[in-house]
Amino acid sequence: MRRLYREGAVVSLMDPMDLADDDHVAVVSNMGAPLVGQERLTDPRTIARAVTMMEEYLGRQFRAIMSLEIGGGNAIQPFMAAALLGRPVVDADCMGRAFPEAQMTSFAIHDLPMFPLTLVDVRDNAVVVARAASWKWMERLSRTACVAVGSIAATCKAPRTGREVKECGILYSTTKAIRLGRTVQAARRAHEDPVAALVDSEHGRLLFTGKIADVARRTTEGFLRGTATVDGLGAFRGGRFELAFQNEFAVGWLDGTPCVTTPDLICVLDSVSGDAIGTETLRYGQRVSVVALPAPPVLLTPKGLEHVGPRAFGYDLDFTSVFA
Amino acid sequence: MSDTSRTDRPTVERRSPDKPSRVLRPTVERRSPDKPSRVLRPTVERRSPGKPSRVLRPTVERRSPAKALRRRIGIDVGGTNTDAVLLDGTRVVHAVKTPTTADVTTGITRALHDLLTDRTVTASHAADAGVTAVMIGTTHFTNAVVQRRDLTQVAAIRIGLPASASLPPFVDWPEDLAALVRGEVIMVEGGHEYDGRPIVPLDERGLRDAARRLRGRELTSAAVTSVFSPLNAECERRAAAILHEECPELAVTQSHELGRIGLLERENAALLNAALVDLARRTTRAFAEALRASGLAAPLYLTQNDGTVMLAATAEAFPVYSFASGPTNSMRGAAFLSGLADAIVIDVGGTTTDIGSLRHGFPREANNVVEVGGVRTLFRMPDLLSLGLGGGSLVQGDPPLVGPASVGYRLVEQGRVFGGATLTATDIAVAAGLVDLGDRRRVADLPVHHVKAAVARMHAAIEEGVDRMKTDARDEPLVAVGGGSFLVPGRLAGISEVVHVPHREVANAVGAAIAQVSGEVDQIFQNLSREEALAQARQIAEQRAVAAGAAAESLAVVEREDLPLAYLPGNSLRVRVRVVGDL
Repeated sequence: MRRLYREGAVVSLMDPMDLADDDHVAVVSNMGAPLVGQERLTDPRTIARAVTMMEEYLGRQFRAIMSLEIGGGNAIQPFMAAALLGRPVVDADCMGRAFPEAQMTSFAIHDLPMFPLTLVDVRDNAVVVARAASWKWMERLSRTACVAVGSIAATCKAPRTGREVKECGILYSTTKAIRLGRTVQAARRAHEDPVAALVDSEHGRLLFTGKIADVARRTTEGFLRGTATVDGLGAFRGGRFELAFQNEFAVGWLDGTPCVTTPDLICVLDSVSGDAIGTETLRYGQRVSVVALPAPPVLLTPKGLEHVGPRAFGYDLDFTSVFA
Repeated sequence: MSDTSRTDRPTVERRSPDKPSRVLRPTVERRSPDKPSRVLRPTVERRSPGKPSRVLRPTVERRSPAKALRRRIGIDVGGTNTDAVLLDGTRVVHAVKTPTTADVTTGITRALHDLLTDRTVTASHAADAGVTAVMIGTTHFTNAVVQRRDLTQVAAIRIGLPASASLPPFVDWPEDLAALVRGEVIMVEGGHEYDGRPIVPLDERGLRDAARRLRGRELTSAAVTSVFSPLNAECERRAAAILHEECPELAVTQSHELGRIGLLERENAALLNAALVDLARRTTRAFAEALRASGLAAPLYLTQNDGTVMLAATAEAFPVYSFASGPTNSMRGAAFLSGLADAIVIDVGGTTTDIGSLRHGFPREANNVVEVGGVRTLFRMPDLLSLGLGGGSLVQGDPPLVGPASVGYRLVEQGRVFGGATLTATDIAVAAGLVDLGDRRRVADLPVHHVKAAVARMHAAIEEGVDRMKTDARDEPLVAVGGGSFLVPGRLAGISEVVHVPHREVANAVGAAIAQVSGEVDQIFQNLSREEALAQARQIAEQRAVAAGAAAESLAVVEREDLPLAYLPGNSLRVRVRVVGDL
């Protein structure tokens, strides 16, 4: 993306409220294993092709492009497609974060249709999933195609109307992500504590600070599941915080008692730099701060909790927000 | 588990706690009574026919097992000084410090001369002092990249189209360095998937056409990088063969020999390596020439980033592997001289201070991407914190500021206690009574509060740096080495004890002298149980260590990390194992 900008690309960010009700919006994401992405580098042309293929299939043009999830590389994918296709990016996504599964979106919570989906790879392979019986089936069908082309593929998800985005999307999450980054950078420049700055500006809560004492990971059903243990430092000395994750952090326990659960956003940050540490990059000895950020309201509804609450991740716990 | 044996990473298995003896203590004759077989095993067993891989061992055979570790010379060729030490078993016999010379050879020859003509060395030995191995550590190659000098133009060959086309070779390099190194960029179709399937067939014709173009350009070095080559190196090997057919003189660096998964970082390593092979060949031969001129017939090794060594003849093809050998050697030397396996090490030089963390006798490695001269790489490098503070740091202003500017190697002319006019950290230390150097009367006029304030500032900087490198909440010992180690305070928060050791000013050269050899694997295993995958990985790593010259019976696993891969089918597990052994 930096390269595109250097070559003069300009992408404009669009206020979702400027969408007409009958505009069509492309929802894009790269699907696959993060590790494969380290060798088969992301290519803007592939994600752009997923979008144009969907347009050909539907026989109409998209007004704008938006992100499936505002976490990791997928926050950047719509910008790459937009740069090549000359379309704006909508300031929204449908997770307000990153979640591992297709049905964990605000669109799924609102029972919007889950098809069609286009999937393309870097050669000249392309797949259209024309229909799927459920969100889970859509996940299964598209995941199978993705694995076949090398566990990395660009996808354009079920298209949305302007009205659907405005009513069911998580709005202004792109600007929020940019703001988070700026807060951390500004704090670093001023030699202030970036974690404290983040908690302050986003009305989050610092749950724990310490050092990673253990990480156990395992692959089950195609996901990275596991636990991490953090031994307290500073004000938290003597305490112990445990985290459970499925690609993303799902539940946190403080000294054995459940303390925070999804959909409250559980972030593990490098205590010094404020950089986010993902579940694949956790390492013994890292000095980390565990921070909770408030979840978008739609995820907190009874229907939302069915999709993304602790039970959706297999934990027999009731959701109690740390912000309640 | 005991305190010192805590694993350092998730599911990483380091040395087992029952083998603390693997960190060698100086002046201790035998490592531990419970493992005598490792040292006392008769020679014949070591040459058993069941170990054919041992043909790759150094050509000079040991005379007796008891001499396996005896009489080694370690040399550190730094930017300022060339240090040399002679080790007999675990005892430092003699150490010398001489200025580094522009041609490197003269400095080494002089250091070797000083070392070998000392009476303590020659007393009971022949002209070569019974030396069985010479280990050289140098910052020469890192400096070449950082200072943008002595670099060779490189043909960058990327195999992987249509994948990864958006980010061509050199894409993330600083422009000034890219302009020096970028000779030609060639991208062709080929490469593999994560499971070893080809992405598309290798474009051999395109490669051959490119090779013919290179012949016209008179380039001498090429770097070949293929997508997922750490898993399947077929494309890189085939490309190297084609290049050699068309350009027999071309030096070809293949990325799978250098790096792990991570295309850009591995490619960067290959490109840097290709840019340095000419310099490495020249330098290594200069080292060998210095040895020959000194009458030494012992095999020559170069030390690596991870505290191990490679035979010079092999190492000259991989200069990037010795990028961080300086700090690594000083930390390993600190472990050896202090007898501590787990500690924080602080190396105070003339201009900078490096702080690192020793775990099981080896430096803890940096977690992620390491930049060299502005280029992102994935080298195995020690996790270091560098402070702009050393014995030659300038002391200016009131209240006094210390560093980062330094008089460096000119300290002995410009420092106040040496008759100069510049106030340095060393002068402050002399005035404060921390060390006795030069002429103390020349700093008698400094106001006491000024001296105290400067000392407090230095101590605070060191204390903070040490705290930042600590990863364990418990108190740990701190080993102070380097010529400026008198700047380290006697007490620090979180530090159980500050250890000053004899020969601390040549810890670097000592670290080189005690280096071991390693073998590493980093690969995805599918359809195996975790135990099977780990066992296979260990076997591969051990084979590689033996191929590099390790004695098979001395091998020990020092790192083991496994990472299940999300989304990949077939119970995929990425396993990284590293073993080390004695030469």
